Amino acid sequence: MQKRVLFHNPWLPYVLLAPQIAVTLVFFIWPASQAILQSVLLEDPFGLSSQFVGLENFQRLFADPHYLNSLRVTAVFSIAVALLALTTALVLAVMADRALRFAVGYRTLLVWPYAVAPAVAGVLWLFLFNPTIGILAYLLRGVGISWNHYLDGGQAMLLVVIAAAWKQISYNFLFFLAGLAAIPRTLIEAAAIDGAGPVRRFWTIVFPLLSPTTFFLVVINVVYAFFDTFGTIHAVTQGGPARATEILVYKVYRDGFIGLDLGGSAAQSVVLMAIVIGLTVAQFRFIERRIQY
Amino acid sequence: MAEVSFQAVGKTYPGSRTEVIKGISARVADGELMVLLGPSGCGKSTLLRMVAGLERISRGTMAINGRIVNDLEPKDRNIAMVFQNYALYPHMSVFDNMAYGLRIARIPRAEIRARVAEAAQILELTPFLKRKPGQLSGGQRQRVAMGRAIVRNPQVFLFDEPLSNLDAKLRTQMRVEIKKLQTRLGVTSLYVTHDQAEAMTLADRIMVINDGVAEQVAPPLEVYRRPASAFVAGFIGTPAMNFLAGRLCGDGRAVELAGGVRLGLPAPVAGGPMAGGTEGAITVGIRPESLRLDNGHGDLAVAVDLTEMLGADSVVHGRLADNGSTLVARLSGIVPARPGDRLRFTIAADALHLFDTTSGRRLDA
Repeated sequence: MQKRVLFHNPWLPYVLLAPQIAVTLVFFIWPASQAILQSVLLEDPFGLSSQFVGLENFQRLFADPHYLNSLRVTAVFSIAVALLALTTALVLAVMADRALRFAVGYRTLLVWPYAVAPAVAGVLWLFLFNPTIGILAYLLRGVGISWNHYLDGGQAMLLVVIAAAWKQISYNFLFFLAGLAAIPRTLIEAAAIDGAGPVRRFWTIVFPLLSPTTFFLVVINVVYAFFDTFGTIHAVTQGGPARATEILVYKVYRDGFIGLDLGGSAAQSVVLMAIVIGLTVAQFRFIERRIQY
Repeated sequence: MAEVSFQAVGKTYPGSRTEVIKGISARVADGELMVLLGPSGCGKSTLLRMVAGLERISRGTMAINGRIVNDLEPKDRNIAMVFQNYALYPHMSVFDNMAYGLRIARIPRAEIRARVAEAAQILELTPFLKRKPGQLSGGQRQRVAMGRAIVRNPQVFLFDEPLSNLDAKLRTQMRVEIKKLQTRLGVTSLYVTHDQAEAMTLADRIMVINDGVAEQVAPPLEVYRRPASAFVAGFIGTPAMNFLAGRLCGDGRAVELAGGVRLGLPAPVAGGPMAGGTEGAITVGIRPESLRLDNGHGDLAVAVDLTEMLGADSVVHGRLADNGSTLVARLSGIVPARPGDRLRFTIAADALHLFDTTSGRRLDA
């Protein structure tokens, strides 16, 4: 079948594409190329001159224990956020899908957190877990857990993971719910007649049929944890204590804007860019092809 | 092997007051294929889903092989169902689709392989075992759905309009296949359809359902020859039966149609609406195919509105000259009647169907 659209005026397609291309150029290509350029330069302390240093910024980066620590922290953080946000959302979606009464009400309520800004969400959780006045910290003390995320790196990580995941749950929930609604009821009924109980039906029928949604959400959630959680981290821990929650984007900000190491910060941005490109390629090439049925 | 019995089975959806199944009682004998036939929304699919355990039974009892199944889960009823949309698991191969239930039943691998292979052979699916349902044609998917049902050796087969998603030619072919397969396996079956041709070919007995009530349960030819109610009479047969207003007269030995035409009856009608009496308003049913052209002595004079020439027969639409009610006649061969022509028809006395006008029930000699 002929899928190409035929234009009579040879310029028309380019004109139609122009706005999109302009936006991409101004907001992505230009800053990205600036970052790449900056990543091979070394700035003097006053920002008056810069010299070409080749890949030295990158070499220093991968020799820097703080950077390697940040990579590890990011891996732990993003996997934990994606896992927590996805499983919680899936459980909620399965339950909301079963609910017959007030289903619309549940759905609306569960979507609310998505409207909360990341920094606000961070502050909310910060208050709840504040070692002095936080209600959850108080309750934890009641069961014998001494909560102080200002001192304990593990607890700080847990807190930002919860705060970041909480915000993403609504988004995942919506997609899972739509995915569940798209599974024909008769498939579940056929499986019930075939003798499968609810748990087995979930794992052998529902979950595999949700896999395209799940894989899409995994990529979205990992990207979210990598980039969009800056506000949460900034509001809750500022990367501390002792860099325990310093994820890559936070380190870019700290080195570039606080440390004023523009070259090193730009090199980090380039690495991040490579990671996003890698994730996107993985999604399009590998995942979308494998999930066909 | 099993027998399915319904005892005053009723269904009301929670939160609703209307009963969708209004107390159906029937018995499906061992090895019998009973077709549940009715217009859409009559409750036939609901009744089937109640047998499957997919809908709760609100009242009455349902038993499979003497065991009451009202509160049993679908998986404990030992039934298999073929769905209208086939409900194949899209992420599994044809083999896995058929083996799914067997694996759950923890049947040894070798036996699963053997049983699936046998079913695949019967249904000519052997070359497709490794394919996914998405790579099959409609007819092949339908056969996979059948295969999934037969590998489990169930006590009862349930078919929910399994052929309605196929094109006309394939449908005719598949219904013969289903009939052969069912006869060969001898498994008690319930088959839901709204297609009367399907019902007539497949059924050992037909249950005609209207508005949640079983109007008649009888073998196909009896449903056609002696419809138990005006609804059944109008639902079975194409073109649909003609209904004319009439009156019993002459001690129940004759009917008089509105307009004055008098038709004799083979035997006097007793009972009926005018218990004790033999006079009263009734509905007279005449099948289009039982009308005969007889321009000399025909009792029914008809003004032709339209003639459909179908080749093997002609369907004449007209109006009775005496009272203006419409009449459709199906005559064999080519009848070159034109709009405005006057034709006369006769009808054999034993081809008249009489129904109580208020209750719709059949009146009999």
